[in-house]
Amino acid sequence: MPQPLDYLPESPSQTAGPYVHIGLVPNLLGNTGIYPEDLGRSPIRDGAKGQRITITGQVRDGAGMILRDALIESWQADAAGLYPSPGERRGTADPNVTGWARIVADFESGDWRLTTIKPGPVALPQGGVMAPHISLWIVARGINTGLQTRIYFEDEAEANAVCPVLARIEHKARIPTLLAKAAGPGEYRFDIVLQGSDETVFFDL
Amino acid sequence: MSDAPTTGPLIARNRLWHPPAYTPGYKTSVTRAPSRALVAMGSTLSEETGPAFGRDMLGELDNNLILNFTGQPAIGERIIVHGRVLDETARPVPGVLVEIWQANAGGRYRHKKDGYTAPLDPNFGGCGRTVTNAEGRYEFLTIRPGAYPWPNGVNDWRPMHIHVSVFGSGFGQRLITQMYFEGDPLIKRCPIVNTIPDPAAIDRLVAPLDMGMAIPMDCLAYRFDIVLRGRRQTHFENRREGM
Ligand SMILES: [Fe+3]
Repeated sequence: MPQPLDYLPESPSQTAGPYVHIGLVPNLLGNTGIYPEDLGRSPIRDGAKGQRITITGQVRDGAGMILRDALIESWQADAAGLYPSPGERRGTADPNVTGWARIVADFESGDWRLTTIKPGPVALPQGGVMAPHISLWIVARGINTGLQTRIYFEDEAEANAVCPVLARIEHKARIPTLLAKAAGPGEYRFDIVLQGSDETVFFDL
Repeated sequence: MSDAPTTGPLIARNRLWHPPAYTPGYKTSVTRAPSRALVAMGSTLSEETGPAFGRDMLGELDNNLILNFTGQPAIGERIIVHGRVLDETARPVPGVLVEIWQANAGGRYRHKKDGYTAPLDPNFGGCGRTVTNAEGRYEFLTIRPGAYPWPNGVNDWRPMHIHVSVFGSGFGQRLITQMYFEGDPLIKRCPIVNTIPDPAAIDRLVAPLDMGMAIPMDCLAYRFDIVLRGRRQTHFENRREGM
């Protein structure tokens, strides 16, 4: 017998279920009085540097139904491409960018909305530059393990063309599923399709 | 470098250990499961960094679900739920946010979508949060949630469970799971539990009764350790990923 490898296995994921709002956004649900406010209401504070943008969308399943119970978390760099994280060693991020948000699909319409600043390109320590993007993690009833995807921007074609993560997608015709479409000044549209012919690219990163 | 590095590439997820996306026994997954393969590569800075939460944002009763809704005690069997957040290399993960939510003692959620017959407890909100200490430890005081029926099969019941959401130091470690209670006969029958293919993996979500932490004449205790993706600690810092 070889020596044992003493790794612990990661705790297996379980669905967030239909009642995720109780735990993660109780005030939005109407369960007020426990926490003063829900976490992650905005990834920026007043004074954040960069272009203000609003991204709206819906999450759709394989039958074309709009999810009204999806919860999305977003994580992004500041306008200079720096992450507001203790793990960021390349510099210090804009103090008015927290980078993280909880985005909740509307209980009636399923619409979700993120108002933030457009992140900068992220230079990787090992070389290469990731195009401006916002990382998403999507949970809901029926999703067994949170889905990782990214919002890239249609109007960043040059940066997108050399992004090492986008380059990983062999089926190039699927890349547009990751591109937020300009819908007006500072306005973008980004729909997420969980399953089907226009299925969003999901990552294992 | 400190003892608990918050940088470094994340160890790849073992997708055979986690539930697959498509699990027809859990019907809602059928239309919500991606049908294409995930696009895989090593983690990048976007997954290796993540938001940080300080203990200073916590209220005094945030981890006390018995009292945190109205200040009057919730009905039910009083329990401590405690454990550590570790990573796959067995390092404690300090300073990370742990959030939980659950049904009340009768198996009813305080949520507009829950219409189960069991009544709401006017003193039970059903959520709590805390931040792990330097050793990665966390603790909640709550009541044991009731089992409840749900529309899936004709007569499917969820075992008693607590939903658990955990952050790591990197966004790629983000995890939501559920804690079950040792000895609950409904665990084996649950279609959501059984989305996990390996019985050894299911065992990792079953919290044992921990009489060592139970408080005499007050409450029982259950221990639930949570393991997040680990980080590779390589000396080849300058090697290009994937090269
Ligand atoms: Fe539940």
